[in-house]
Amino acid sequence: MKTGTSLIAALAALAFGATGALAQQDTARVGFIYVGPVGDHGWSYQHDQGRQAVEAAFGDRVETTFVESVPESDAERAIEQLARTGHDIIFTTSFGFMEPTLAVAERYPDVKFEHATGYKRADNVATYAAKFHEGRYIIGQIAAEMSETGVIGYVGAFPIPEVIAGINAFMLGAQSINPDIELRVVWVNSWYDPAREADAATALLDQGVDVITQHTDSPAPLQAAADRGALGFGQASDMERFAPEAQLTAIVDNWNDYYVERVGMVLDGTWESTDVWGGIDTDMVHMSDYKNMPDEVKTQAEATEAAIASGELHPFTCPVFAQDGSEVPCEGDGVLSDAQILGMNFYVQGIDAQLPN
Amino acid sequence: MTTFEAILFTIVTASTPLLIAAIGELVAERAGVLNLGVEGMMAMGAVCAFAAAFTFDSTLIGIVMGMVAGGLMAALFALAVLGLAANQVGAGLALTIFGLGLSGLIGAPFVGQTRPRIEEWPIPILSDIPLVGHALFSQDPFVYVAFGLVVGTAYFLARTRAGLRLRSIGENHASAHALGLPVLKMRVMAVIFGGICAGLAGAYLSLVYTRFWAPNMTAGRGWIAVALVVFAAWRPTWALVGALVFGAATVLQLHAQAAQVGLPSQLLAAAPYIATILALVLLSIRRGRAVGAPGSLGTPFVPDR
Repeated sequence: MKTGTSLIAALAALAFGATGALAQQDTARVGFIYVGPVGDHGWSYQHDQGRQAVEAAFGDRVETTFVESVPESDAERAIEQLARTGHDIIFTTSFGFMEPTLAVAERYPDVKFEHATGYKRADNVATYAAKFHEGRYIIGQIAAEMSETGVIGYVGAFPIPEVIAGINAFMLGAQSINPDIELRVVWVNSWYDPAREADAATALLDQGVDVITQHTDSPAPLQAAADRGALGFGQASDMERFAPEAQLTAIVDNWNDYYVERVGMVLDGTWESTDVWGGIDTDMVHMSDYKNMPDEVKTQAEATEAAIASGELHPFTCPVFAQDGSEVPCEGDGVLSDAQILGMNFYVQGIDAQLPN
Repeated sequence: MTTFEAILFTIVTASTPLLIAAIGELVAERAGVLNLGVEGMMAMGAVCAFAAAFTFDSTLIGIVMGMVAGGLMAALFALAVLGLAANQVGAGLALTIFGLGLSGLIGAPFVGQTRPRIEEWPIPILSDIPLVGHALFSQDPFVYVAFGLVVGTAYFLARTRAGLRLRSIGENHASAHALGLPVLKMRVMAVIFGGICAGLAGAYLSLVYTRFWAPNMTAGRGWIAVALVVFAAWRPTWALVGALVFGAATVLQLHAQAAQVGLPSQLLAAAPYIATILALVLLSIRRGRAVGAPGSLGTPFVPDR
């Protein structure tokens, strides 16, 4: 027993001496775990853009590794592999990686972890996410301005709070322009199935929708809209090249600045576990160029973007009414609280469809 | 164009890739070879078709390359299971995994690129038939090829000498061999035909359905094609019915959501699968007698030397 304890102490001393705990370091190894393929041109693609920004910013001082298409059920093995092979900081970039990240973090207290879109933290696990609903409010306004039929469509992946908050923000934005706007939602029950996403968009178009937005990962719905001469928006990355005449704007996930900042902190020895929820103000939610719209619509969109960035406008400003007409309790400062948005499980007034549960 | 016609039109396009791949697999299985690698061959067809079409700026070259890629994948499979008598299930699963991985590698430089839209080729007079004319005869060329494949395969299997030989090899390869039929040679040809069809189905996805390449874009359609063969009881005409039922259920559930029919979306998403099973169970009951799998399906053939 005694020898065991002293052995551990010796090892700890060795480890401490070798890594120098909180001190500055010359180089860092940075790991990334992606849920999809880098080539999805959406979610994982944008995280990889962030990885490349880290390499560009620090050059020889960093060495990056990524593992793509990691199933959520198998994430622990992949994360542990990176932790064991001497990575100083590991970004795990899907909600479903939350528990595996925490489990590995407990076994490797000297390694720093960053988990995207989760809510559980530890001393060596930070979390970060983006307020995509801010962008959704802007595109809702644009959709209502541009729609001639007064019916706009939404292709959704799964009815989880992040997607529902996006739908509600989109609808509130649209209603601020046209209170009678009608919104049709189609769920495809998949994050990524280009052909089915296209079918969903086509179904909406066949039923009189003329502006489409999506919360799935491929450019297929936008392309389907373009084929019919309808309009749409890019999701996660700028998808203009897929539909140069149909993309009005795109909500771009911009992780570059955040990743560079956090890796810099590791190098400086100033990293600590935090929770960052960035929006349009920090450019984590970035709107690509406004195109294919009249100047006055563009001016209005830019004004809304500026108002959200300055904090003047909040997509969920009270009073917010739920589908049944009841007023949603206002738990924030004149707006819905962050917790209410992160856990959103109701449709706002004006959406006719039933929310799947 | 009415909404009904528009819906019918999308049903036909949604069924087409499933049908093309299922017909190919059906011929291979009729020859006694179970190839579970359809998904991998389809992915390879999709990526090679897109890569070639993009590089040479020619949809036709793309289609040909998609078929070549599917055929080559199938030839690899034939080498393993026919040349070396490897386990067909294992080799098929490996082919799927290999095809999905390799397609991602080949496609990496083409991510984020797109191709122009392929115009439909309406057939005069026929496309003016009320209700169904637009959906059936105002389509892109792939759809006509798919219909042609069904008719051609059905005729080949039921009415030609070569088709009879192929079926007898699938039913009992030992007897066929004793009769002097070239078992392995015909199986190799059937498997490669299956690969070419899977490649063509993949080309349809990346050149017509969604005109870009993205990893894993087949999203399980190869597996549905394999299932359709079983449900169709190894008959081309029933494969057509099965593919249309599946396509209809897929498209209709999306329309039901868009029209705000108050049903849970998860249930609606499962509807294609439920409808396919129901339809084919009913069909096989009506046929009155059970139609089983080819007798030698999945068993390796090693001729006496």
